[in-house]
Amino acid sequence: MKISKEKFGQAFDALVAEYQIIAPVSDANGIAFKGVKSFSEVKQDYLNSKLPPKAFFFPQHEKLMSYKKEGKDVTVKSELKVDNTVLFGIRPCDAKGMQLLDMVFKNDQYTDPYYFERRDKSVIIGVACNKIAPTCFCSSFGLSPAGSEGSDIFLIDLGDSYDVEVITEKGKAVAARFEELSELSADEQALVDKIKDAETSSKVDVSTTTSKLDKMFNNPYWDTLQEKCIGCNVCSFSCPTCHCFDISEEVRKNEGTRVRTWDACMAPLFTLHGSGHNPRDNKKARWRQRMMHKFNYFVHNNGSMSCVGCGRCIKGCPVNMDIRQVIDGANKAELVVE
Amino acid sequence: MQLNPYIPITMKLVKNLVETEDKLINTFTLEFLNKQDEENFKYMPGQFAELSAYGHGEAPFGIATSPTEPGILKFSVAKVGCVSNALHLMEEGTMVGVRGPMGNYYPLEKFKGKNVVIIGGGFAFTTLRSLAKYMLDDKHRGDYGDITVIYGARNPGLLLYKEELAEWENNPNINLITTIDRPAEGWTKHVGFIPSITEQIAPSSVDTYAVVCGPPAMIKFTLPVLEKLNFTPESIYTSLEMRMKCGLGICGRCNIGTEYVCKDGPVFSMAQLKELPNEY
Repeated sequence: MKISKEKFGQAFDALVAEYQIIAPVSDANGIAFKGVKSFSEVKQDYLNSKLPPKAFFFPQHEKLMSYKKEGKDVTVKSELKVDNTVLFGIRPCDAKGMQLLDMVFKNDQYTDPYYFERRDKSVIIGVACNKIAPTCFCSSFGLSPAGSEGSDIFLIDLGDSYDVEVITEKGKAVAARFEELSELSADEQALVDKIKDAETSSKVDVSTTTSKLDKMFNNPYWDTLQEKCIGCNVCSFSCPTCHCFDISEEVRKNEGTRVRTWDACMAPLFTLHGSGHNPRDNKKARWRQRMMHKFNYFVHNNGSMSCVGCGRCIKGCPVNMDIRQVIDGANKAELVVE
Repeated sequence: MQLNPYIPITMKLVKNLVETEDKLINTFTLEFLNKQDEENFKYMPGQFAELSAYGHGEAPFGIATSPTEPGILKFSVAKVGCVSNALHLMEEGTMVGVRGPMGNYYPLEKFKGKNVVIIGGGFAFTTLRSLAKYMLDDKHRGDYGDITVIYGARNPGLLLYKEELAEWENNPNINLITTIDRPAEGWTKHVGFIPSITEQIAPSSVDTYAVVCGPPAMIKFTLPVLEKLNFTPESIYTSLEMRMKCGLGICGRCNIGTEYVCKDGPVFSMAQLKELPNEY
């Protein structure tokens, strides 16, 4: 079924009354996901945002609680107010990325209430990629530029209209406002099929990577591959599946807030003990951790790789590290006796 | 555990005791403010908690009390950083935050019907004290065979829990061996490093589990001794330390291989550690 962009825009604008709406807009830094009030503000022709939309569930800086000290006493307060939210224009890689983050923020023992309060109150409207960037490599992971996994409603842009697929119950509640849905013409169906069949031109073979890495912890491969890395962390901060964070305190006189902020396993202080001992005190160990975590440990724990091929780390890297080459290099590395 | 695992309960610091002669380790006794908090804080020896010194931050410490000691929690903490320093300076009566209990614990079910050898060095003795105290309790003592404790420090003044050690000396339910690195005036017990004292004492490995905690050098040289005594990797346990933040297996900081030390550990058998990258 399809909906004209005019009708879709009307439904979108009507949603503003009940939902906070987040959508891609053009700003000084390129494309960013931001709050919008009208469909006319939305950038429709875009590859993807510079930063992943994970920040709407896992903000870069977030208050966990606040406290007030009076003499020897303390009062602790925690409030979490979350609006119902629609995220529009999420690309398939990022929608899948959120599903992978779900596996992190809920484990066999704990559920993160801040993350899931936001996640549960949000509806994801995914939009297929009609254009594919040279850094895109989602097809490597069995995903596709028109994959609907992780979206509640999935749209394919047909020019004047959208092809609409309603996937979840949450999606249904929003799609109920879509008016004058009609059948696709033969030409439109052909276009939909073409977009659905598309693959990223860049791909990396990950079929044997996990089992290869099982035997590579002490491999000399790690010795040199990271030499040019300057440890800036842009790869982690722009990654839709990276989730490491720090917890710290912001204090003013007798009042304070406990906050969590994005952190990265690539940061030297990340694992520094109070004693001064640091289990991952060199770049080699930290690069190995990043790769092992995404392509080995995460697979053993969750049955899936923790990379969706969005290519942001490749685009953002100031020294041209390319995760595709790193995977490829691991695939080809000679095994040594461990 | 409460609904939001990031929010600490409030406990009162009732005693801030300088534990060692060098004044670098204090033992904090915290009191539960109400029955409900205590009810929700069901723990076992080997588990840890995140202590909040409000205004300074939060850090993880092993619980030194045993669940057989109601009403309180104790932590023996070395002064090394921002939070531990703030705790050391804290006036008695001050409220602190506590999140926990966290992590797994010593496999006391497996230990049932077996002998247990506890080997500790320096201030890594805290959760080992909890373990010994638990097994020595009247309700539990019958569940275990011989309990041997080999505990060492650089000098007598650095031993933790001196009064309790004196009690254990005369307690027929426990075989306590204390040692210091070099001879000291007035010291009549063992002198020597933990590995060589362990070799001298030569605890039998038959039907016996060993629990070893201490500085890396001590562990490194004690393990071969235990191996010589025919302890298998499956029968030796230790507790790992890693930098932690959330304590919930989410923030990524304490990740080693497939494990998160905060939720899958901190207690691991040597057999388990052999399967993990040596990154701790």
